[in-house]
Amino acid sequence: MAILFYIFAAVAVIAGLNVVLQRRPVYSALWLIVVLCALAVEYLLLGAVFMAFIQIIVYAGAIMVLFVLVIMLLNAHHEEPTHGSQFAQWLGAPLVVALLVEIGVAVWSWPGAAHVNPPPLRAGPKSVGDLLFHQYVLPFEVTSALILVAILGAVVLARKES
Amino acid sequence: MTGDIIRLFPEIVLGVSGILVILFAPFVPPRRQSLLGWFALFGVVAAGAADALTARDPGLAFGGSVSADSFSVYFIALFLLVAGVTILGSIHYLERENLPAGEFYALILLATLGMALMAAGLDLVLVFLGLELSSLSTYILAGYRRHDKRSNEASLKYFLLGSFATAFFLYGIAFVYGLSGTTNLMTLARRVGAAGGPNRTFAAVALLLIFVGLGFKVSAAPFQIWTPDVYQGAPAPVVAFLSVGPKAAAFAVLLRVFFGPLSEGSHMAFWLLWLSAILTMCLGNLAAIWQSNVKRLLAYSAIAQAGYILVGFAAGSADGRSAVSFYLVTYALMNTGAFLLVAQLAGGGEGRTEIDDYKGLARECPGKAAVLSVLLLSLSGIPTTAGFLGKFYLFRAAVDSHLIALTIIAVLNSVVSVYYYFRLIVVMYMEEGPAAVSTARLPGSLWAALAVSVAGIFYLGIFPSAFLEFARLTSNLLPH
Repeated sequence: MAILFYIFAAVAVIAGLNVVLQRRPVYSALWLIVVLCALAVEYLLLGAVFMAFIQIIVYAGAIMVLFVLVIMLLNAHHEEPTHGSQFAQWLGAPLVVALLVEIGVAVWSWPGAAHVNPPPLRAGPKSVGDLLFHQYVLPFEVTSALILVAILGAVVLARKES
Repeated sequence: MTGDIIRLFPEIVLGVSGILVILFAPFVPPRRQSLLGWFALFGVVAAGAADALTARDPGLAFGGSVSADSFSVYFIALFLLVAGVTILGSIHYLERENLPAGEFYALILLATLGMALMAAGLDLVLVFLGLELSSLSTYILAGYRRHDKRSNEASLKYFLLGSFATAFFLYGIAFVYGLSGTTNLMTLARRVGAAGGPNRTFAAVALLLIFVGLGFKVSAAPFQIWTPDVYQGAPAPVVAFLSVGPKAAAFAVLLRVFFGPLSEGSHMAFWLLWLSAILTMCLGNLAAIWQSNVKRLLAYSAIAQAGYILVGFAAGSADGRSAVSFYLVTYALMNTGAFLLVAQLAGGGEGRTEIDDYKGLARECPGKAAVLSVLLLSLSGIPTTAGFLGKFYLFRAAVDSHLIALTIIAVLNSVVSVYYYFRLIVVMYMEEGPAAVSTARLPGSLWAALAVSVAGIFYLGIFPSAFLEFARLTSNLLPH
C-alpha cells in the first residue's frame, strides 16, 4: 500500500508541475485533471471511498469540463512569456528551495512523525453529511453568501449597458 | 440554538440587509438610488445595535466555531464604523459617476459580514471563508468603474495577487491541521500546550505561511507591491473601505493566531515581525516622498501605517496588542475620511488627483482644505490628534519590550512622513490657485461622514481613556 501511495504522490507532483509550466492553458487544464485523479487514488488508499468518488465526479467531471469549456470559448492560445519580472527569477527559486528545506527540517525534526496515530476515519456519506450539517453548518451557510457575492460580481462586471 | 443565534446576531443582520438591498434595488426608481444607501446605512446601524447586544452575553456559539467576546465585539464595531462612513461617503459619488448603487451597497455589506466572521471566528475554516468573502467583494468593488482602464487593471491585479496570497493562507491552515488534527483555535491551544504535542519548528512554518497570506492583505513588506496600483485605480470610496476594513480584519486574525495558540512558534515569528515592520515603514515612507499623485501618496502612506502597526506586533506584550487595536480605530477614522474627501475633490471621472491640482484650495474652499489638513496632520501624528496618541502607545509598548532599535527607526520614519503630509498642506495653503480640483459644495451625506471622522480624531486625541479601556479588553485573545 505504501508503494502505491508514493507512486501516485509522485504522479500528482509531476502533473502539478506541468500545470504551472505548460504554455498552453488547455494543456494546463488537462494536467490538472491528472492531479485530481491521482489525489482521488490517494483518498481511496486512505479508505475514503466516498471522497474519492466525489473528487472524480465533482472536480474532474463537472468543474474541469467548465474550465476547459471557458478556455476554449476564450480561444486562449500560446502564452507569451514576459521578461518583466527579473525579481521573481532571481529571488523566486532560492525562496522555494528555502521553504522546502524548512518544511523538510520541520518534518524530520518532529519525533512524533514516526508514529502518528491518525484519528479514526469518518469518511462515509453519513459521517460527511453529519460533519457538514452539525460541526461545519456555519461555514456551509457562509459558503452560500460567498457564491452570492460571486454572482453579484458577474452581474456587475459583465452586464450590458441599459 | 437561540443562544447561538444571538451570539451571531451582528453577522446575521449584515447578511440579511445585504440581501435585502439587492432585492429592493430593481424596485427603486433610478433617480432615487440614494434610498438604497440610506437603507444599507440603516442595516449597519442595526448591526451595531446587535453587536452591543452580543456584548451583554459573551460566549461560544455553533459548536465553538464562533466566539462573541470583547475581542469580536470591538473589531465588529470597527468594521461597522468603516462600512457606515464609506456608505455615507459613497451616496453622492455613485450618483455623480452614474454607477449602479444596489450591488455596491450589497457588496459593502457582505464584505463587512466576511470581516466580522474573521474577527469572531475561532475555527480557521470559518476564518478562511470570511477572508474569501471580504476579498472577493473588494476585488469586484475595485473594478466597479468598469469603463475605466485603471479600475480594470486594479481589480485584476488585486484579484490575481490576492488569490495567490490566499493560497498561502490556506496552506498554513493545512499545516495547522497536519500538526494538531484540528482547525479550531481553542482545541489547538490545548493540544499545542500538551506534552508530546506539535513541535516548535512546525508551528513556525505554519505561522510563516499564515503571515504570507495575511501580510498581503495588510500590505506588509515584502507583499506590498500591489498597493499603489490598486489604490490609484480603484474608485476612491472603495479605497476608503478596502484600505481599512480588510486590513483591520487581517490584523485581527494575525493577533489571534500569533499570540494565541501558536505562540510556541513565535520565537521565530518575532524576527519575522521585526524585519517586516522595518521594511514596511521604510519602503512606504521613502516611496511616498516621490509621489505626485494624491491617491498614490496615500497608498504609500497606508503601507507605512501598516508598518507602525507591526511595531506593536513585534512588541508582543498585552500593551502592544491593545495599542494595535487602538491604532486600527484611529487609522480607520483618518484614512476613510481622507480617501472620501479625495474622491469628492477629484471631480467627475476622478480626473483631478495630482498634487498640483490642489494649488490654492485653501483660498477657494477653506472648509475642505481645513478638513483635509486635520486628516493629514493626524496621519502624520501631530499632538491633540488621535494619530499621535495611537503612535505613542505603539512605540511605548515597543520601548517597554526593550525594542530600542526598532522604536528609533519607527520614530525616524514618522519624522520623514511629516514631510510628505505637509507638502500637500503647503500646496493647499501657500501656493497660488486657481485650484483645479472640484470646488463644488460638499453634499450633506459626505459632510456627515467627514464630521464623524474629524470628531472621532479629536475625541480620541484628547479624551482617549474611556476608549483605551475598551481596547485593552481585546488583549484577551481567546475566551476562557
